[in-house]
Amino acid sequence: MAYATALRCRECGREYEKQPISICEWCFGPLEVVYDYVAIRKVMNRESIEAGPPTVWRYRDLMPVGDGPAVDLHAGFTPLIKADNLGPMLGLENLYLKNDCVNPSYSFKDRVVTVAATVAREFGFDTLACASTGNLAGAVAAHAAKAGMKAAVFIPADLEHVKVVGAAVYGPTVVAVKGSYDDVNRLCSEVADSFNWAFVNINVRPFYAEGSKTLAYEVAEQLGWRAPDHTIVPVASGSLFTKVWKGLKEFEDLGLIGEVKTRMHMAQAFGCSPIVTAYSEGTMDVRPVRPNTIAKSLAIGNPADGFYALKTIKESQGSATAVSDEEIVEGIKLLARTEGIFGETAAGVVVAGLQKLAASGVIGRDEVTVVYITGNGLKTQEAVEEVVQPLMIQPTLVSFKQALEARGGL
Amino acid sequence: MPREIDEAGEVIVKHKVKFTFPTQLVQEPVIYLLGKDFGIVTNIRRADVGEDRGWVVLELDGEEQSIERGLDWVKERGVRVDPVGGDIVEG
Repeated sequence: MAYATALRCRECGREYEKQPISICEWCFGPLEVVYDYVAIRKVMNRESIEAGPPTVWRYRDLMPVGDGPAVDLHAGFTPLIKADNLGPMLGLENLYLKNDCVNPSYSFKDRVVTVAATVAREFGFDTLACASTGNLAGAVAAHAAKAGMKAAVFIPADLEHVKVVGAAVYGPTVVAVKGSYDDVNRLCSEVADSFNWAFVNINVRPFYAEGSKTLAYEVAEQLGWRAPDHTIVPVASGSLFTKVWKGLKEFEDLGLIGEVKTRMHMAQAFGCSPIVTAYSEGTMDVRPVRPNTIAKSLAIGNPADGFYALKTIKESQGSATAVSDEEIVEGIKLLARTEGIFGETAAGVVVAGLQKLAASGVIGRDEVTVVYITGNGLKTQEAVEEVVQPLMIQPTLVSFKQALEARGGL
Repeated sequence: MPREIDEAGEVIVKHKVKFTFPTQLVQEPVIYLLGKDFGIVTNIRRADVGEDRGWVVLELDGEEQSIERGLDWVKERGVRVDPVGGDIVEG
C-alpha cells in the first residue's frame, strides 16, 4: 500500500498532488511529503518491520513510493556497532557507530537514491540525474544501472579523477562542467528545467530526502526499539539532519518507540559551516558561504535545509559544532585506529565533533550516543595520505629487525 | 528556467532566486533599481530583512539578457545570488 498522499509546502502549508516538483509555486518554499499516518498505524508494527527485508525497504510504509517494485541494491540496514574502544577513550560507555560505509555504493546516499530512483520510475522518467562531487554521483549511477535507466552525472571539471571513476564505472554520461561551483549549480538548475529528467535533488527532492529517515528507523530498531539520548550527524544541506529527527518523531507518533528525548547535534567543517555560524550567532538566518574544506562531501555553501536544521536543534535541545581540517584528518585516523572503520572526511568531521561534545560534558557517561558514519574512506584517501610510512627494508631478516628496532617496535 | 518568446522575438524567462544582503546594502533599494534600470519585473514571495542582515526570495521576469545583466549588477553590488532550492551540487 502507498501511504504518501500529497506534497505540502513547509512554509505556507499549501498542498499539491504527488508530482515531480520540489518548490511551492506560491511562496517558493520547499515541499515535503504528506503521509496518512492513521492508515500506517493500522498496518505497521514492530513485528511487521522485523519480518521485512534487511534493507531500507523494511520501512516501505513510511517511504513515498507506490506499490510497484523498488529500485533496490539492498541499501541500508547497515551495522550499528558499539564503540568499545573509542567510547571509553572519550569517557562514554554507550557510544555507537552507525556504519553506512558499507552501503552498495559505499555511502548513505544509496538510501536517498533508492527512493528517488523508485519514484522516478513510477513517474515515468527514463533518466536519472544529479550534480555531485562524489558520493551522490556513485549512488545515482549505480541505481540507474540497476533500474535500466539512463543516467547523467554533472561534475565540476576539476574534480579529482579517482572520484569520477566511482560513478563512471556504472555507465552514466558524465558531464564535466568547466566553471565555478556557482556555475555548475546554475547550469544544473537550467538543465532540470529544460530536460524531462528526474534530477534527484531538484524535481524529485521531496521524495529523495525521505530516504534519510531510514537512518533514524534503523538505529531505533537496532537499539532495541528506543531512541538514542544523543545523535551526532555530519551536515551539508541539513536534509539528513532534519530527516533523522523526523524519522525518530514518526516512530514515536506511531507508537513504535517511547518518547523521543534525543538531542540532535550536528558537525560541520570550519571551511563550510554556515549552519554552525548561525547557531553560534543565535540567529535562524543562515548566510551562504564559499566552501573551502577538505570535507568535500559536506561542502554546501548554501544549505537548502539550513533553517530547518536550526529548528531541529532548537526542538531537540541539540547543538552545532565546527571542526578544522586538521581535526578532520585526526578524526578519520582515530576512528580507524580505535574501531577499525575507515570513514571518509565526513566521518572525520563527526568524530572530531564528538570529541568536542564529549570533552565539554554535554554527553553523560552512560547516555546512549549514536554517531553517523556516512561514507567510506576509500573515497577520500588523499585526506590521510600521510599515514603511509612503511618500513623500507631489504628482503632479509636482518634488515627487517634493524628497521623494526629503529622504529621502536610495531 | 521557463522560457517564452515575446512579440519582438526576445527570450523571456522567469527566474527564481534568493538574494542575501550584506549589512551595508540592507537599506538600499536594490530590488527597485533592478526593476527600474534593467526592465525586470520583480515579484517577492518571501523575505526576512532585519537591521543588519536580510534575504529575499523572489521571481524575476524579463528578457533573458536583461536578467543576466541585472544579476551581474546585483552581484557586483555585493548581494549574494543563489538558487531558491539551495545548492544543487552535493557530495
